[in-house]
Amino acid sequence: MASTTDAAPPGAASLGTRPEAPPAPDDPASLKVVPARHYARWAAALAVIVLVAQFVHGLANNPVWEWGVFRDYVLSETIVQAVWVTLQLTAYATVLGFLLGTVLAFMRLSRSPVLQTVAWTYIWIFRSIPMIVQLVFWFNLSALYERLGFGIPFGPVFWSVDSNSVIGTMGAAIIGLTLHQAAYAAEIVRGGVISVDHGQLEAAAALGIPRLRQIRRIVLPQAMRAILPTAGNEIIGLLKGTSVVYVMSIGELFYQVQVIYGRTGRVIPLLLVATAWYVVLTSLLSVAQYYVERRYARGANRTPPPTPFQRARRFVRTLRAAAAQRNQPVVPLKTTGPLGDSR
Amino acid sequence: MSQVMVDVHGVHKSFGPLEVLRGVDLRVRAGEVTVILGPSGSGKSTLLRTINHLEKVNRGWISIDGELIGYRRAGGKLHELKEKDVLKQRTHIGFVFQNFNLFPHLTVLENLIEAPVSALRRPRKEAEETARRLLDRVGLTDKADAYPRQLSGGQQQRVAIARALALEPKVLLFDEPTSALDPELVGEVLDVIKDLAGTGTTMIVVTHEIGFAREVADTVVFMDGGVVVEQGPPAAVLDDPHHERTRAFLSKVL
Repeated sequence: MASTTDAAPPGAASLGTRPEAPPAPDDPASLKVVPARHYARWAAALAVIVLVAQFVHGLANNPVWEWGVFRDYVLSETIVQAVWVTLQLTAYATVLGFLLGTVLAFMRLSRSPVLQTVAWTYIWIFRSIPMIVQLVFWFNLSALYERLGFGIPFGPVFWSVDSNSVIGTMGAAIIGLTLHQAAYAAEIVRGGVISVDHGQLEAAAALGIPRLRQIRRIVLPQAMRAILPTAGNEIIGLLKGTSVVYVMSIGELFYQVQVIYGRTGRVIPLLLVATAWYVVLTSLLSVAQYYVERRYARGANRTPPPTPFQRARRFVRTLRAAAAQRNQPVVPLKTTGPLGDSR
Repeated sequence: MSQVMVDVHGVHKSFGPLEVLRGVDLRVRAGEVTVILGPSGSGKSTLLRTINHLEKVNRGWISIDGELIGYRRAGGKLHELKEKDVLKQRTHIGFVFQNFNLFPHLTVLENLIEAPVSALRRPRKEAEETARRLLDRVGLTDKADAYPRQLSGGQQQRVAIARALALEPKVLLFDEPTSALDPELVGEVLDVIKDLAGTGTTMIVVTHEIGFAREVADTVVFMDGGVVVEQGPPAAVLDDPHHERTRAFLSKVL
């Protein structure tokens, strides 16, 4: 094909004229390829599509869902406020839980047997108590400790207050969720820390980097790679888990939904309201997790894979380019898939 | 070339029942290159790791530039130093690992400035200037913003050497710096070390590269079974060894 390798201007070569010698009849490269036919796979796909269509049809047409009621409530002030409470509970318990959890994790990893034992015991106890039981305990804190104060351990107390006045219901819920979360977070963080190559700590020690800085700058960022997927699970679990604080009559999403359907009797559409919000919130968390994980993967891959957003943009760009090409007369064809040259 | 920089005195070290070092004595003068040879399990790496106190010794002592490592002498007793003070001592002792141990989540430049900024409290800008100069010296000027995993093994080890140099240490310790490298990458790392030797850096190099020892070392030390079997100028130890064990080892590796 000497004619096309010449420096012909684009469009000069005409398609279709390929003056090649007829191939030998026994050359497999010249034969037509018949793709394999997967009949069973096609039948299964069809069956699943019918089932899904049936389900969606039911969702849309079964009057019990009462989509009108759903629409009335899903963005109502009461519900939005309840969502806000749910978010607050999740945020406080996540931040405080992981802070306390990190401290506990390093206590367990410390060389002091006392710290190790205390941390181990904490984790053992708080993983053993169901969250709902613990929450009710904290709800009844004032029965347990009427007053809270500062003083010398086992000695005189200098300052104290009524425990109900400092720790309201919301406070009790946050404490309960935090203490529960910390036990799990401790194990997640510890798992991440021990997954970091020992040579990293040795290198940091050999360079004389101060101990706290070693943890903050060398160990934790690398541990994050192992921590994040499990932590993402935990935070999503916690978001949904906040629904159990309805036992303390806190106006979070699930409690509020129950109050409304207790009043109106519209159980199903209001459960749908709660479902929709939980799905939206966990989806947002999953997206956030993706980007945080990506950030902590710096240096782990030679070339980080593009984000879905970047991939979509690149896809649109190639489509546009293809369209532009189609409008031009004729161009020597260069076949790369839509993502073929994306690196 | 007279002052003793590293003084290892009667060092013993055991891991449980296994006695790895059984009374090692070693003196390295300032500006000299000492190469430690020996079969695996002879205690070479452990000795190197005791010098910067990555391993605590069971008996004996080590001093660098007249300062005891890991201990403080007061009132006829040796007081064990706190980790903070040991870390400070280590900033005078550069250590290059067999597996590089670069920080993979930091860029090459960040790897180089981490210790000067955090341990020596150097201003960031000054540390960066030093770092770039060092990268220039190891031939990696254009890799400052790369991540370690984007580099070849030889390039990573050269970064690791630059990282150790960034603290301007009194002595540089190399623990088999070319053992994890593909054969064709060994040369570029040895060239950097040779270059350093030419500038009068005090170095102790544990290696299996006999040719390198012959060319660069002022003193070759042969270790076996946790003791120094013999030491001397390369010509003496490598070409005319006195001990049967040295001869046996050399006949296997040459």
